[in-house]
Amino acid sequence: MARRSKIFDSFAEAVADIPDGSSIAFGGFAYPGVPFNLIRALLDQGAKGLTCITNGTGGAAADRMPDIGMLVENGQVAKVIAAFTAPTRASDRIPLTKFVDEGKVVAELVPQGTLAERLRAAGAGIPAFFTPTAVGTELAAGRETRRFGGREYLLEYAMPVDVAFLRAWKADSSGNLLFRRSQRNFNPIMAMAAKLVIVEVEEDFVEPGAIDPDEVHTSGIFVQRMVKIPPPPEGLWPGRRPERVLKS
Amino acid sequence: MSTGLERQQIADRLAQEFRDGWIVNLGVGMPTMCSNTPIDTDIIYHSENGVIGSGPVLPDGQEDVHLVNAGGQNVSLKPGAAIVHHADSFAIIRSGRIDVTVLGIYEVACNGDFANWKVAGANGGGIGGAMDLAACAKQVFVILEHATRDGKPRLLAQCALPVTARGVVTTIATNLGLFKPMGDRFLLREIAPGVSVDEVRAATGAPVEVAVDLRVIRTL
Repeated sequence: MARRSKIFDSFAEAVADIPDGSSIAFGGFAYPGVPFNLIRALLDQGAKGLTCITNGTGGAAADRMPDIGMLVENGQVAKVIAAFTAPTRASDRIPLTKFVDEGKVVAELVPQGTLAERLRAAGAGIPAFFTPTAVGTELAAGRETRRFGGREYLLEYAMPVDVAFLRAWKADSSGNLLFRRSQRNFNPIMAMAAKLVIVEVEEDFVEPGAIDPDEVHTSGIFVQRMVKIPPPPEGLWPGRRPERVLKS
Repeated sequence: MSTGLERQQIADRLAQEFRDGWIVNLGVGMPTMCSNTPIDTDIIYHSENGVIGSGPVLPDGQEDVHLVNAGGQNVSLKPGAAIVHHADSFAIIRSGRIDVTVLGIYEVACNGDFANWKVAGANGGGIGGAMDLAACAKQVFVILEHATRDGKPRLLAQCALPVTARGVVTTIATNLGLFKPMGDRFLLREIAPGVSVDEVRAATGAPVEVAVDLRVIRTL
């Protein structure tokens, strides 16, 4: 029997069976590499009790693309694990804050490098590691540390996830991915940390062999589902990132 | 009393500490202004999102939508630039390959502790890459206004806010001068034009030692 194609016709179809309670890692940093189309499909799909792993939840800019903050506002999120769980400026507002303050969403704040390494470790079959990051801070209070070579390190655990949502530049039909410029960011490590990897792809799919094997960023063995992003306005194609707007 | 240097002038003074060939990571906000300073040194800028060797921010219409720096600005790439993924980008940081990180902060203590991720009373915070950078860069430069908006000192004997890292700050630049944390005091290395040592002392929440070779900051 032929293997099922990894290419799906729609974002709705690609996210249809994501169950309540899933942990989902969302690629992207600022705008590049954010799976905006998959986030929008998940807003429509409505799965609840989600744990969202992301650099930040978004929503500080006035002109919003689909973001994790919208999933929060939509009542779909139980927990957020991120490097930003509150705005860095006291005068900024992000949608997540209200839900955390009211106890509706749990927020786990993780330094960005630790977030990346916890995902990398999960994808590499390593259950835990020690890092110098956050030693001596509130985040390390009451947690296990160990000295190596005279320096103190903090124990951190791998973070395997159920699902990863990614955005890539090019893909072949076997799922080999290329990212362009800073679009790469968390995407390759989230692909390796997840059991189910769903990718929105910017360019038309090419046949296996059309991408030089030396050029592949993420092997197709990590990728289960892909959807070609349609042209705007049907597909979401971010332009220049708007400057942050300070809201009172 | 003079309020000392403008924000770009503070960044300019700090950027003159950069040495040829350094790998530099600039935080969001005032630190990014260090990249505007016309310095005659070859710097490789590193961003948390894996961009190594970025150039100036591109004007509207010329941006590459796939390329931003850590502040989300649409930057360019210098010849010789490279892109890595996030785990490798932080491997570069944790393995001590960043010569200096410049961070915008809330407060700094004379023992080298500093705070920049959580404001008083907040339920959560914004750490980003700051804790990794602070713990692992060879040097940590911090840049800040010397006082809060309501006139309270931000150079302190001890941090009041939750710290980002302990004992790591090597150089402090404010609108009033250039300082070094000395454990139980700050060393004033250079002073802003039009500002007196007494004014610096009055605005600082810990003892200030004046360098024997104290100089006035030369603005560009």
